[in-house]
Amino acid sequence: MEVNREPLAGQRLTGGAPLPFGSGPAPIDFRSRQLLARDMLRGELEGEALDRYVEQSVMTTTLDRAVAWARGNSFFPLTFGLACCAIEMMTIVAARVDIARFGFEAFRASPRQADLLILSGRVSMKMAPVVRRIYDQMLEPKFAISMGACCSSMGVFNNYALVPSDKFMPIDVHVPGCPPRPEALAHGILRLREKVQGTSKDGWRERYDAIGTEEVLRAGAGGISSDSHGAGGPSSGSHDATPPGSHGATPPGSQETGGTPPGSHGATTSGSDGAAQNGRKQGDRGGA
Amino acid sequence: MSAEPAGYGPTHELLTLNIGPHHPATHGVLRLIATLEGEVVRDIKPIIGYVHTGIEKTAEDKSYWKVIPVVERMDYLSYYFNAMAFCGAVETLLELEVPPRAQYLRVIHLELNRIMSHLVWLGTSALDLGAMSMFWYCFREREQILDLFEMSSGQRMHTRYIQVGGVIEDIPRGFANRLEKFLNVMPTRADQYADLLEKNEILLARLRGTCPLDEQTLLSLGVTGPLLRAAGNPWDLRKAAPYSSYDHFDFKIPVGTVGDNYDRFRVRHAELYESTKIIRQALDGLPEGPYITTDRKVALPPRHELATSMEALIHHFKLVTEGFRVPAGEVYYPIESPRGELGCFVRSDGSAKPARVHMRDPSFVNLQATAPMVRDSYIADLIATLAMIDPVLGGVDR
Amino acid sequence: MPDATGLELIAQELRDTDPGSVIGTLMFRGQATIEVDPAHVRTALKHLGGKGYTFLASLHGCDYYPDEPRLGVHYVMLDMKEVDRVTVKARVRVAEPRIPSVVDMFPGADYPEREAYDMFGVEFEGHPDLRRILMPEDYEGFPQRRDFPLGGEPVLFTYNEEQSYGRYQ
Repeated sequence: MEVNREPLAGQRLTGGAPLPFGSGPAPIDFRSRQLLARDMLRGELEGEALDRYVEQSVMTTTLDRAVAWARGNSFFPLTFGLACCAIEMMTIVAARVDIARFGFEAFRASPRQADLLILSGRVSMKMAPVVRRIYDQMLEPKFAISMGACCSSMGVFNNYALVPSDKFMPIDVHVPGCPPRPEALAHGILRLREKVQGTSKDGWRERYDAIGTEEVLRAGAGGISSDSHGAGGPSSGSHDATPPGSHGATPPGSQETGGTPPGSHGATTSGSDGAAQNGRKQGDRGGA
Repeated sequence: MSAEPAGYGPTHELLTLNIGPHHPATHGVLRLIATLEGEVVRDIKPIIGYVHTGIEKTAEDKSYWKVIPVVERMDYLSYYFNAMAFCGAVETLLELEVPPRAQYLRVIHLELNRIMSHLVWLGTSALDLGAMSMFWYCFREREQILDLFEMSSGQRMHTRYIQVGGVIEDIPRGFANRLEKFLNVMPTRADQYADLLEKNEILLARLRGTCPLDEQTLLSLGVTGPLLRAAGNPWDLRKAAPYSSYDHFDFKIPVGTVGDNYDRFRVRHAELYESTKIIRQALDGLPEGPYITTDRKVALPPRHELATSMEALIHHFKLVTEGFRVPAGEVYYPIESPRGELGCFVRSDGSAKPARVHMRDPSFVNLQATAPMVRDSYIADLIATLAMIDPVLGGVDR
Repeated sequence: MPDATGLELIAQELRDTDPGSVIGTLMFRGQATIEVDPAHVRTALKHLGGKGYTFLASLHGCDYYPDEPRLGVHYVMLDMKEVDRVTVKARVRVAEPRIPSVVDMFPGADYPEREAYDMFGVEFEGHPDLRRILMPEDYEGFPQRRDFPLGGEPVLFTYNEEQSYGRYQ
């Protein structure tokens, strides 16, 4: 029987001769990296080799993007289960679909310590003020995922007892399903992470080059208006650093705009952070 | 254990504390107004209604076939039972025979649902009491059961598998094998749960002797299910008034002695073994035959008939557009759900939509026992008792 | 369930002990129902308790719109030794929806009576704490009556998008 053994220090980018330090891409074999590190520690790396070493080990970015990256990778969801979707939310903590892989396993019980509210289940009339209160108690930046059909729209039960969550609090991602599979919820959470980190895609619109064909809900304006490229383009570009749920310093939601009839929301907000909001609307339609 | 307020007189102040509706230790959105004297609970007032969905009113607006998914979402951990109670009531009204294969399939899925509900109870209760790793073990088994549900009906939860007249589809090839594998593994797993929890001093100290309630009080409160069985009364509708071929199977009813939290815990844990036994017998004795009634006025005809038979086409059309009509009358159909007696009251006025659907949900009635149970015990015992009562707020609020 | 003759015997005894209480009996699909006058509900339940039906399995309301009297309250009594059930039915009018409460006899009737009050407006006299249980306390209207609208949000299509509740920003 023939045994083919490859040399241990085999896999190099340039395949073959050892890499002289200071040229080409980073050596990926352990021994070369070890030698580089040893030289760095001894202070023996000079000039171009030093530049290349720094370039390869240090990432430069804007502070916003770095902060958004950190925020997106460490959501602290709130333990907030309402009804059947709560069971599937518990399932994503369990072993098969494990959101601890992404860093979201630290479910906090107190809203002061949490930043992601996963509304899982039907929001009844009695519960809506409670949810709003808890959402208000969360500190900025905070995000909300509406999980399941019942809180996103009215779901299976279109009746007197339920309130769609869009009516009383801003939602970033809607996850459809009744209840959504744990994989679907994990997908929704990852889409939220993409939104926060600024890398969200418009979904199928990007693939089919259909940006600009969205119908954006405008109150007061008769009929449908489609957004032209004024606020178009990949929504990620226009507001990449602003986590969508935070609305800047003064979230219009938590002021006394509760009295404003819901239909006129478009008028009040299209004035303020115009492009970002519109871009966000597009992002919402594309998201989840 | 209860605390004697030795040395405290009537001048000691009572503190009213609001627990919930958002609280990590309640099983769902239950709000408790606890009157505390120090750490001792003197009185408790549950406030419910935070997940009231008006399901019963929605059901009046839909044809009987369409009520099944709506009604399933009441007690969201025992969805097969909700559907079974409703279908049983409608079948009683229609005087419809359910074929034996359908009855056995129903029993298999009902008992699988019972195991699944008890697993979720065990996982979340252990989580409440601090034994966190149980959660992951129980949900591992739950995933296996949900895989089985997905195999037979396509959905993990709220499967609308049980229909009026039988079940929606026969079990696919491979279901029996997978079920067999699960049944081989389940008793060992239940043993492992026992090993993990039984000898744990903290768990025993928290559950043994805490918040007992005697059988007579439970009966006057209308409590059924594992709570009543833990107090010593072997009332189980599967044995007392068997429905859907439960009398063909040989199984025992675990019964407790003292009626404290430890007995409630042991009763539910023992039911895991009994349900496994039932499923094994049902699987071994699964009869051949149709999986839904052959009465075309109630159940859809098979698709291949639509191409050849005109009547099948007409039946299909009528059933899908209007639905079947049910003769006028009122019926109450009780079954044994994992939490107690789940009864469905259906009133029909002769049309294709029910005039009143009411679920007598066990958690709704069992919750009234909370106050007598936790009187004069600590807050920690309150949490443990709530876990052991196993209320599912979807059923409580409907 | 008691068979038809058993039901008639019970009803007859009830008529003898409390004249004017029994309005009718019904045996339907093997389930026995005794309809009683609302004022005599307590004696009927006590009498049935004497016959072994000591467990109140369910207390629920039903709206018989458009038949009068409209609001019905059902008491499902269970005999655990014989495994028998009897339903006691009492119907009240919307104009005077009062019926005596049975909470002192069956403490487990507390929540179901509150639910019947909340959903149908049936007032149980003697209930220690009759307030709404499922709807918010200041809700007006009795949702499960047949003439109460179902409510809900309109399903959104492109043509009626403006009617939508919009989105909270």
